[in-house]
Amino acid sequence: MTVSFTPLPEHVRTARFIAASVARRAGVADGALDEIKLAVSEACSLAVRFNLAHAPSSPIELRLIEEATTFSVEVADSVGRPAPDADGELTFDLSTDDEVDSVDLSGHERLGLAVISGLVDEVRVEYLPAGSVVTMTWPIG
Amino acid sequence: MDLSLSTRAEGEHTVVVVGGEIDVYTAPKLREQLIDLVSAGSYHIIVDMENVEFLDSTGLGVLVGGLKRVRAHDGSLRLVCTQERILKIFRITGLTKVFPIHGSVDEAVAATD
Repeated sequence: MTVSFTPLPEHVRTARFIAASVARRAGVADGALDEIKLAVSEACSLAVRFNLAHAPSSPIELRLIEEATTFSVEVADSVGRPAPDADGELTFDLSTDDEVDSVDLSGHERLGLAVISGLVDEVRVEYLPAGSVVTMTWPIG
Repeated sequence: MDLSLSTRAEGEHTVVVVGGEIDVYTAPKLREQLIDLVSAGSYHIIVDMENVEFLDSTGLGVLVGGLKRVRAHDGSLRLVCTQERILKIFRITGLTKVFPIHGSVDEAVAATD
């Protein structure tokens, strides 16, 4: 199942509910559904932020993939970019006025990916010329 | 469910009761509320998150922003939360070391005394 949506913050809620609903039907354990909602929300929020800033007319793609023993969610944006600087631990610098919700998207990206990595055992992030793709996989059953 | 916000005074503290979902769409409303409170001179804020159903990193960013604002006035920002699914994101990001997190508003009020 593939869902395309315009890069607007109000659609992120719908996206995470669709993902959780399809995951439940696919047989993912109920205990994992909150994690799926949060991880999908993080990935979609990042995708929306990047497309809004750099490709506002390009939709976000949410792909929900059911296989025999796994359920995967792919979130694809349309902004080619290098991977964020991954060295150094995640910190919230409380000494400056730079909030996480500033225009600097790299901070959002590091934080969002840190949350996803903390939630999901199997995560892959690809930085392609056409945009980034976050793939998250959960076991079924 | 959208975000609901209400405030009340508890002595020198202002309690912000948050309900619903805090995400990339609704978090700006919470940010505005916190900015308004600090602008109005409320520097000791307790955010009651017991009715929050969903919180992602955008919401965390807003809370960190609020903390920075009150700290600039030697104030405090305390959280009330006992829900495991909400506490999890604070642990993943290490923010349990940054925010005092309490089991009830009464406990948070007492801690700020």
